[in-house]
Amino acid sequence: MARKVVITGLGATTPIGGDVPTMWKNALKGVSGAHTLTADWVEKYDLPVHFAAKVTTPATDVLSRVEAKRMDPSTQFAVVAAREAWNDSGIEEVDHDRLAVAFATGIGGVWTLLDAWDTLREKGPRRVLPMTVPMLMPNGPAAAVSLDLGARAGAHTPVSACASGTEALHIGLELIRSGKADVVVAGGAEAAIHPLPMASFSAMQALSKRNDSPETASRPYDVNRDGFVMGEGAGALVLEAEEHALARGARIYGELAGTSVTADAYHITAPDPQGLGATRALKAALFDARALPDDVCHVNAHATSTPVGDRPEYTALKAALGDHVDNVCVSATKSQTGHLLGASGAVESVMTVLAVYHRLAPVTINLENQDPEIPLDVVTGTPRELPEGEIVALNNSFGFGGHNAVVAIRSTGPKVEMA
Amino acid sequence: MASKEEILAGLAEIVNEETGLAPEAVEMDKSFTDDLDIDSISMMTIVVNAEEKFDVKIPDEEVKNLKTVGDAVSFIEGAQA
Repeated sequence: MARKVVITGLGATTPIGGDVPTMWKNALKGVSGAHTLTADWVEKYDLPVHFAAKVTTPATDVLSRVEAKRMDPSTQFAVVAAREAWNDSGIEEVDHDRLAVAFATGIGGVWTLLDAWDTLREKGPRRVLPMTVPMLMPNGPAAAVSLDLGARAGAHTPVSACASGTEALHIGLELIRSGKADVVVAGGAEAAIHPLPMASFSAMQALSKRNDSPETASRPYDVNRDGFVMGEGAGALVLEAEEHALARGARIYGELAGTSVTADAYHITAPDPQGLGATRALKAALFDARALPDDVCHVNAHATSTPVGDRPEYTALKAALGDHVDNVCVSATKSQTGHLLGASGAVESVMTVLAVYHRLAPVTINLENQDPEIPLDVVTGTPRELPEGEIVALNNSFGFGGHNAVVAIRSTGPKVEMA
Repeated sequence: MASKEEILAGLAEIVNEETGLAPEAVEMDKSFTDDLDIDSISMMTIVVNAEEKFDVKIPDEEVKNLKTVGDAVSFIEGAQA
């Protein structure tokens, strides 16, 4: 019998709140984190997209100036979220040799890399800071969290584009099940609201161009969706072997019951139109969780608001859940947060955990005319009550490269009212 | 040309910016590693910033001889000439 893994701590810094309580309150209310960018580089480079969803709270509210100086913004966000999750878990004593980190990023230290490139060209090699490489490396967030918490059972960095954050939970679950760790801090971080990725995503027509109305630009499932909105931030979860959590009388949010990762092997950026890779991931996550389609009551969808992306996810959900898909309520929280790329799976997993814990599914905003080819039961307007008893919720994440990652969260209840 | 006092004050500012140490803690007789707990990476950043601030060159092979704040102040003072 595999070890059961439970979730005992949550952390986040996002465009709709700098900590989990604020983010969750806003996610239930339905607010947009997208706004017009005020940075001078938008005009300087004549970018076609003028808005994004930036974090609401500067990392330096939590980190000291000196700490922040040695970290790329993506690593700063990771440490902010990980500290919140760790404090939330209430863990006071831990065997540090049995504590691991799995912290993902999609893009890595793009600000550090390109700032250093500017310095090299303008001022020469002597002015390139010695910390440049450790700051830009994609394992920077995992390494910083490991250093911060004294996690010595490995610091892992899944990099699978927009599936990265969810894949981190997959790695965390495996680390605990296989006995290599008792506690894992898993999450994802991204800080890529930078002119280069913005220009690149624009060039591939992936970003919404709704410059005159940033707040309504991210509109998953709407017939008038025209692309995703760049977001940034981090999410973190403390995963713990159940016996470890019970021994210390921990508050348990839910069980990380199953995870899966598959690859489309279809196209470098386009999703398989039949959603075959995503279907296999959904079925595998349910099997891993020893759950049946009928157990699922809620899905936090990947739903980025691109014309081509939202539909195959529906096809996959229908294939994996069968007719039961009609009984499942779906939240597309990127409508509020924008797309946090490698952090999105982590932040959305935090929301999925809160949904089963409080028995409330967060809302999807900006859905005015639902795409008739995606007849999902989408939560709009007000949060949806989830049923009593034992329930399972899924979080899907898909990434460029054909990466599919799914996590299944189980709660046996009872419903916990919000503080 | 900056005086010894001006160089000390400027270095203290650079050290504060890099490490967060109070500028008053940066005194002539303090060792960068033993007293101020400055690691090699911070030291290189401080050196590069000092080069820019005082318009001097501090060769890499010279950095290992700059054990105390006073050593750095004297070197920068001499290098200005």
